[in-house]
Amino acid sequence: MIEVQDLTKSYGAVTAVDHVSFTVNKGEILGFLGPNGAGKTTTMRILTGYMPATHGTARVAGFDVFRDSMEVRRRIGYLPENPPVYPDMTVETYLDFVARIKNVPAERRPARIDDALRKTNLEDRRSELIKRLSRGYKQRVGIAQALVHDPEVIILDEPTVGLDPKQIIEVRNLIKSLAGNHTIILSTHILPEVSMTCDRVVIINKGKIAAVDTPQNLTSQLKGGQKIRIETDAPEKPLRDMLAQIPGASRVVIEPARAGGHQAVTVEAAQGNDIRNQIAAKIVEHGWPLYELHGVSLSLEDIFLELTTDDAAHAQASS
Amino acid sequence: MGSLYAIYRKEMGHYFVSPIAYIFIGLFLVLTAFFFNVILAEVIKQTFQMEMQGMRFGGPSDFDAPAAVMRSFFGLLSTLVLFFTPILTMGVYAEERKRGTMELLMTSPVSELEIVLGKYLASLSLFALMLLPTASYMIFMVLHSDPRPPWSMLAAGYAGVLLLGGSLLALGSFVSSLTENQLIAAVVTFAASLFIWVLDIGRNSDSGASAVLQYLSVIRHYEDFARGVIDTSSLIYYGSFIALFVFLTVRSVDSMRWRRA
Ligand SMILES: Nc1ncnc2c1ncn2[C@@H]1O[C@H](COP(=O)(O)OP(=O)(O)OP(=O)(O)O)[C@@H](O)[C@H]1O
Ligand SMILES: [Mg+2]
Repeated sequence: MIEVQDLTKSYGAVTAVDHVSFTVNKGEILGFLGPNGAGKTTTMRILTGYMPATHGTARVAGFDVFRDSMEVRRRIGYLPENPPVYPDMTVETYLDFVARIKNVPAERRPARIDDALRKTNLEDRRSELIKRLSRGYKQRVGIAQALVHDPEVIILDEPTVGLDPKQIIEVRNLIKSLAGNHTIILSTHILPEVSMTCDRVVIINKGKIAAVDTPQNLTSQLKGGQKIRIETDAPEKPLRDMLAQIPGASRVVIEPARAGGHQAVTVEAAQGNDIRNQIAAKIVEHGWPLYELHGVSLSLEDIFLELTTDDAAHAQASS
Repeated sequence: MGSLYAIYRKEMGHYFVSPIAYIFIGLFLVLTAFFFNVILAEVIKQTFQMEMQGMRFGGPSDFDAPAAVMRSFFGLLSTLVLFFTPILTMGVYAEERKRGTMELLMTSPVSELEIVLGKYLASLSLFALMLLPTASYMIFMVLHSDPRPPWSMLAAGYAGVLLLGGSLLALGSFVSSLTENQLIAAVVTFAASLFIWVLDIGRNSDSGASAVLQYLSVIRHYEDFARGVIDTSSLIYYGSFIALFVFLTVRSVDSMRWRRA
C-alpha cells in the first residue's frame, strides 16, 4: 500500500531523513519509533504531500506522492504534529469543513461526521467552540478530522500526545479497530505504544532506519542476549575488574546502595552465553556477600536504546 | 469547485464569528457618514455661491451639484479603501500558517488556486458588504436631486470602488502569503498600494514614460469610473491587475512547500 524508497530530505545542511526505505502492507499498522528530531514528522509530511523529498520516491496506493499528489491526498487522512484546528469553529462545523475539502459527498457528510465524533468520543462536545476545548480534546478533534472521510490510509503523527491515560487506551483501541480496513502509520516515542498497537515497527534515528521488524521479533532477536541483575556489596573497583575478565560480559552499570538496600549491578551478556554461574562463582571466590542474581530478558526499551544511542550504533555496525 | 466554496464559506464564517466584520462595517459606515455630511455641506455652500454669482452676472449656473457630491464621495471612498484593505488581508495566510491549518489545506485534495480564490472572493465579499450601506446615502441624494443624475453614474462609481478595492485586496493577499507577520503584511501592503497610487504623479508632463506610469496607476482609472465613465481600457487594467496578483499568490502558496513548509 505504501512504498518508500531511498527517501531523503535535507533542510539546507541538515539531513532530516537519510535514504529511508520501507513498505507498509494493506491493512497493516506500522509504528514509526524514534527519539526527538529523528525525522518522523518529516517523513510523514513527505508521504502526505505537504512537502517534496530532496531525493527518492514514495508511493501510496500506487500513486507517486509528488507527481500524483492529488490522488494520494484523496486517499489519506492525516493528523499533523499539531492538530490543525480552527479555534473559532465548533467541532461539528470544523468536521463539516474538513469533510467538504476531502470531497465527501453532501448526502454522506452527516453520517461520516457522526461516525468520526463517535469514534473519538466527542459526541457531547459537537457544538462546542474548539478554542474552549482542552489540549486532549483538541487532539481528539485532530484525530476525528483524519477519519472523517474514511480514508484508505491514515497517517497519525504522535496521536496520543496530550491525552489522559484512559483516553490513550481508547485511542490505541480505536487505532487497532481501524486496522484491516485502513492502512495506518503512526509515530511515537512511547515504546509500549508500539508493542501494543503495531504490527511492525520502523526504528528511526537521526534520519536513518535502525531496524524494521515486528515488535515480537525485535524483542526475541536479543532475547538470547541477557541482562543480569546482581545485588552484592562488593567494592566497586575489584568488582569491575572481575566482571571485565568474564568473556561475553559487557555494559556494566553499578548503582550505589540506597538506604537499607544493596549495591545493584547490571551486566549484559552476549547471545547464547549464560555467564550467571561464572559470575556467582567469582563473587563467592572473592568472599563478597551476594544477595541476588537473576537474568532479565531485554525489553523493547533496551533494544530501542541500544539502536539509538551512539556507542551502541557503533557496536551494531561493527558486529 | 466544492472545495473552493467550502473555503469561501469558512473564511466568511471566520470574519463573522469574530468581531472583525462588524467592526469593519461599522467603522466604515461611521466614517463615510461623517464625510458625506461634510461633502454635502461643502457642495451646498458652493451651490449658493454659484447662484449668487449667477444672479450678479446674469445667465444660468451650470454647476452640477449631484455630480460634484458623487465625485467627492467616490474620491473619499477610494482614500478609505487604501487604509482598510491592508487590514482586511493581513491575516489571510499568516493566520493559517501560525495555527498549522495550512498543513491541513495543503494535504487535502484542494488545489492552490481553489485555496487562493476561495480566500480572495471572501475578502472581496466582505469588502462589498462594507460598501453596501454607503449606497443608501447616494441613493438618497439621487432621489432628492432635481434634475436627477442618471443611475448609471452611481453604478459606475461603485463598479470603480469594487475594482479598485478588488485590486488592492489581491495585492494584499499576495503580500500576506509572503510573511507570517501580520503587521509587516499590513505595512507592506499599504506602502505598495500607496506606491502604485501615486505612479501618476507626473500626469502634467507629457513624456512617454509618464503616460505609461499613468496607465499603471490604480487611481488614474478609478477617476473615470467616479465620473460615471466605464472605459474598457480601465476594465482591462483592473482585470489584469487582479489576475496577476491572484496568480502570484498561487505561486507563492505553492512555493511554501519548498520554502520551509
Ligand atoms: N522546517 C525545518 N527547517 C529546518 N530543519 C528542520 C525543519 N523541520 C525539521 N527540521 C530538522 O529535521 C530533523 C528531523 O525533524 P522531525 O521534526 O522530522 O523529527 P521528529 O522525529 O518528528 O521529532 P519529534 O519526536 O521531536 O517530533 C531535526 O533535526 C529538525 O531540527
Ligand atoms: Mg515530530
